[in-house]
Amino acid sequence: MNPPPVIPVSARFTRTPLVVRKERQQAAVRLVLLAMAVLMVLPLLSIISHLIVQAWPALSWEFLVDVPRRGMTEGGIWPALVGTVYLVVISLAVSAPIGVLAAIYLNEYARDNWFTRAINLAVISLAGVPSIVHALFGLGAFVYAARFGYSILAASLTLAIMTLPVIIASTREALAAVPTAFREACWNVGATRWQTIRAIVLPNSISGILTGVILQVSRAAGETAPILFTGAVFFKAVQRGDLFPYRLTDQCMALSMHLYTVSTQVPNVREAIPWATAVVLLGAVLAVNAAAIALRVWLRNRKRW
Amino acid sequence: MVTVMDAPTPKIAVQDLSLAYGGTEVIHGITFDVRPNEILGIIGPARSGKTSLLRCLNRTIDFIAGARVTGAIRIDGTDIRAVRDVHALRRTIGMVAPLPVGLPLSIYDNVAFAPRCAGLSRRAELDPLVERCLRQAALWDEVKDRLDSLGTALSGGQQQRLTIARALSHQPEILCLDEFSIAIDPVTTMRIEDVLRELRREITIILVTNLTHQARRLTDRTMFLWNGRIIELDRSDVIFSNQPSRKETLEYVNGIFG
Repeated sequence: MNPPPVIPVSARFTRTPLVVRKERQQAAVRLVLLAMAVLMVLPLLSIISHLIVQAWPALSWEFLVDVPRRGMTEGGIWPALVGTVYLVVISLAVSAPIGVLAAIYLNEYARDNWFTRAINLAVISLAGVPSIVHALFGLGAFVYAARFGYSILAASLTLAIMTLPVIIASTREALAAVPTAFREACWNVGATRWQTIRAIVLPNSISGILTGVILQVSRAAGETAPILFTGAVFFKAVQRGDLFPYRLTDQCMALSMHLYTVSTQVPNVREAIPWATAVVLLGAVLAVNAAAIALRVWLRNRKRW
Repeated sequence: MVTVMDAPTPKIAVQDLSLAYGGTEVIHGITFDVRPNEILGIIGPARSGKTSLLRCLNRTIDFIAGARVTGAIRIDGTDIRAVRDVHALRRTIGMVAPLPVGLPLSIYDNVAFAPRCAGLSRRAELDPLVERCLRQAALWDEVKDRLDSLGTALSGGQQQRLTIARALSHQPEILCLDEFSIAIDPVTTMRIEDVLRELRREITIILVTNLTHQARRLTDRTMFLWNGRIIELDRSDVIFSNQPSRKETLEYVNGIFG
């Protein structure tokens, strides 16, 4: 057997053709990945800038707090804005507690048996159901079967069902991120499951749980189909700037729905109004997402391990 | 196995204990006693069932899906499956894991956690208890001025002593240490060993270790567990001598296999 050839030290680190080829490969891969990243951001930026430019003539405080006027061809979007807030707040007030508690059960208590697996399967399937199907379900279950009629209540509950599986999934993820060693340490000193959850698991997963819930705000605010079938209307007479114009049993206007209406259903709308409506919807959603990120960063900094 | 005629009433009596995870049996019907106020060493290679055995003792095995325990474990004559309050059972056993686990709470709250779970809430009762446990774990002098800072921010060796303080905080009658020294330095290890010698006057100690010297220094009797079976259980001076009754013990202790 021949001994391996001895390479002189000076020759070990020279740029051989192989090294050069690898360097070129590196540069090429880097360039392609960078291009994709930029490509992804460009459309978003152009959409936002186009929106703002088009909407500019209509954007004002008045536009936010005024009601639609002259057969919705002029005026503001107050009833739609308040309607969206109603729907989002009520739907999350229902889905957040149910979703978080269900996730705590599934992650902290449930044994791995057919029942748990069935619930898991249901959660995953529910998350994949198209929103129009949720809409039909809401129509059948809440509007007719539960006799809520076309109402904010029915629309909010439909949105709640739609956001529930995602809240369960994100909460479970946040809970699972707390190391098992912490739980075992608690059990070893005689803490019950609930004492462990309250003292250790929840304080250290609350940032993830809250961000997961808040991110569902944008989903609930943006959906049109579920509320179109269950409680949203084209127009509702409301006082300008009225903070509580609707009752739970009323139908309401909503931003997503209003955008559809002024863009396609009403003739001779002032051109900037649909654009401005879109800016308000997008702005609200982005603001909520930014708040979620800020909250996460703040809670992260207080994280304790 | 040598039988000792004048054995006192056992603190823990394990009888024909078997444990299976799913379909795989990992402990095969072992029987042994732990005597009051002794330090019992358990040695054996990885995956021989040492940690699983400890989990059976305080019934945290209940948390593991698919684990099936048969046979009986009696503490002071009471079958642990028959206890009404499993959390009280766990409080009679202090458990120290191989890797230090400071809970993400203040140093004070780390130690006060177990008493609080048991219903103690008055500062006047908690303060002296916390101080006593931290002193027993040889940590008090280092942390007495910063009891409010985070337990997770302590060094590894300090966190392990904090873990011991927490294990003592519920005033256990039995203390189980599962290779407590693998993540800490020799100086800290020696300090904790002194603590254990001190503690044995009050409580019974089970020490899982793979450091032959540590077992020799500390334990009264040693059990050699291998593949879920007891190969030998005898006085430590016999186990670590040149003539234990089983050839495997001699080979394992001298590093010939395992």
